[in-house]
Amino acid sequence: MSKAIAEHRRVPGLEGFWVFIAGDMTLFALLFGAFMAERRDTPTLFEHGRQALNPNIGGLNTLVLLTSSWLVVNCLIAVRRGQARAGLNWLTGAIACGVAFLCSKVLEYSRELGDGHSVFSSDFFMFYFILTGIHLFHVVVGCVVMSFFWAKIRNKSISGRNGLAGLECMGIYWHMVDLLWIMLFPLLYLLR
Amino acid sequence: MNESQGSKAIVWLLLMTATVVLTWGLSEQGLSLRIATVATVLIAAWKVRLVLLKFMELERAPWGLRGLFEGWVVLAVGAILIPYLLT
Repeated sequence: MSKAIAEHRRVPGLEGFWVFIAGDMTLFALLFGAFMAERRDTPTLFEHGRQALNPNIGGLNTLVLLTSSWLVVNCLIAVRRGQARAGLNWLTGAIACGVAFLCSKVLEYSRELGDGHSVFSSDFFMFYFILTGIHLFHVVVGCVVMSFFWAKIRNKSISGRNGLAGLECMGIYWHMVDLLWIMLFPLLYLLR
Repeated sequence: MNESQGSKAIVWLLLMTATVVLTWGLSEQGLSLRIATVATVLIAAWKVRLVLLKFMELERAPWGLRGLFEGWVVLAVGAILIPYLLT
């Protein structure tokens, strides 16, 4: 009996939401494979493209998204404990990190486009702009969703199991955005 | 800071440290290119697993759900490293 109590397992968020998460992550895994298959055919061209990227910016962006994920975790802990104000503060920080990533990425794109790189300039850059572009779209959606939940916490309308489950789903989505970048960054910027 | 926040802070520090090592440290170690790249991908996979288990709370999820996403990590690593090592 004590083992059964100790082994209590629960599905975070909503079960159906994990189907969406699994599908989204599988799409990215397939794109990773497609990138690597193309790279096998033209490794020199891909290395040339990789060298045009700035890994310092990519690394910094990774640190920003990791911090954002951690802030979301703290938000959830606070809200679960009924500490709405603290939850708001954590979530404000998480949204700020998301916006910082977005701004950084836009500046990076501007530089790369200014250097003459685009979706049409090479297979490497086609993959680069498509992969990071789809990811960036996820970041934008994440920032909008976090802002929506920020308002809900402020209006004290997160309550009960369903309210918390929604907030957990928000967190799960944002962590997915984070972990996808954790794989994307070395794939595009570091793999030699 | 309570115990739960403390343990998550440690996870965050581990993730940040691994990122610094991966981004700015591995290239300085004089490792062969292939070893450095394989290590980079494996460290990234370890980071993904930490986020899945500790931030997305799959550590205490039903084993089937957890297994599915642990399987994704294997799939992603395979999709990257198998073609890389065959190049």
